[in-house]
Amino acid sequence: MMDQSCVAEESVLSFARGHRLQHDRVRDLWIVQAPEKAFVIEGSAPHILRLLDGERSVGDIIQQLANEFSAPREVIAKDVLALLSELTEKNVLHT
Amino acid sequence: MTLPSPPMSLLAELTHRCPLSCPYCSNPLELERKAAELDTAGWRSVLEQAAELGVLQVHFSGGEPMARPDLVELVALARDLNLYSNLITSGVLLDEAKLEALDKAGLDHIQLSFQDVTEAGAERIGGLKGAQARKIEAARLIRASGIPMTLNFVVHRENVARIPEMFALARELGAGRVEIAHTQYYGWGLKNRDALLPSREQLQEATRAVEAERAKGGLSVDYVTPDYHADRPKPCMGGWGQRFVNVTPSGRVLPCHAAEIIPDVAFPNVQDGTLSDIWNCSPLFNMFRGTDWMPEPCRSCERKEQDWGGCRCQALALTGNAANTDPVCSLSPFHDRVEKAVEEASEKPELVYRRF
Repeated sequence: MMDQSCVAEESVLSFARGHRLQHDRVRDLWIVQAPEKAFVIEGSAPHILRLLDGERSVGDIIQQLANEFSAPREVIAKDVLALLSELTEKNVLHT
Repeated sequence: MTLPSPPMSLLAELTHRCPLSCPYCSNPLELERKAAELDTAGWRSVLEQAAELGVLQVHFSGGEPMARPDLVELVALARDLNLYSNLITSGVLLDEAKLEALDKAGLDHIQLSFQDVTEAGAERIGGLKGAQARKIEAARLIRASGIPMTLNFVVHRENVARIPEMFALARELGAGRVEIAHTQYYGWGLKNRDALLPSREQLQEATRAVEAERAKGGLSVDYVTPDYHADRPKPCMGGWGQRFVNVTPSGRVLPCHAAEIIPDVAFPNVQDGTLSDIWNCSPLFNMFRGTDWMPEPCRSCERKEQDWGGCRCQALALTGNAANTDPVCSLSPFHDRVEKAVEEASEKPELVYRRF
């Protein structure tokens, strides 16, 4: 099991091959497509994942969301790090 | 009237042609010939309509889908339509140039089938000399391309003891996922059930091997259990007409790949109607959708929206009526037929191979 600390603010993440973020137009849901399955993501997750472009760092993403939603940076940081750590552990994302 | 939820995935059986002749082939006993296959424009329309309807993933299957020269074009179209594309292949027709073309077209994932880990075992099932070496080469090419790969092993009485070696091969070849799928006993598989059905002891050993591998980590293991040994049925296809749509080589639209055995109902074809109308309105898709069709013991069962009454094709094959409870369920009045099949399965060397 990987430690959560392996995703840090300076990390630059992107989707692993075979995984992508997609808006499901018919059901009006955000999903992550993966080998032989698709899972629905909700709440803040689509806003976070759509900023993953393989260039922005995790810290940049936190800052951008804090600006966009006028929310305290530390609250956003907690959500972003938890989500990105979980998906990295599941090999959906990689550095 | 509210429309049913749209399907999540499409199984596109591009052709029934295949260089292998596995005796548990999931294709129907009545195989469709090349002359009956949809042309490229026909398949393009199926993909466009599927995306429009709400399908998210398309599984290009067969037969051997690589026997179709338009596979690359169809994969590229799937990508344009934002459909996640999965190629289900035996790998024996794959080479570096074809793989590169598929990769460029945007193929998302490959499921590569193996019949066994030994050459003799593989050739006994697939019937094609030299297939194992070609599959191993295919796996190496896929690994090198970076396209995510699942190895699929269908297991049965003759190879079930080699599950640990199957996992070892998957790790050696760099597969991210491995699927250990017990043979499903419909069509060709049902014809060969006595020769293929594992014993209870074999099943216990297989389950132990799967659990041991999962505990090691690093390899995602998908295990399809043999329902003959279960006492509750599987939620076949996630429920009839709920998540899954299958299009056969000639364009027939089915709720599952074995559904053509269901009697007294018309099988709609994409050449005669839209995929949307077929999904929403055809008698075939509404026949066993939801729970209204259910007899007892399903009707009053608390699991009716978990297993959806099990498999209709299995109910038909073993009880003579597709609307009966799947006899795998211990509450079915026909459950003894499943138990008897398990008792009577035996070493039987003659296999009936799939053929046209």
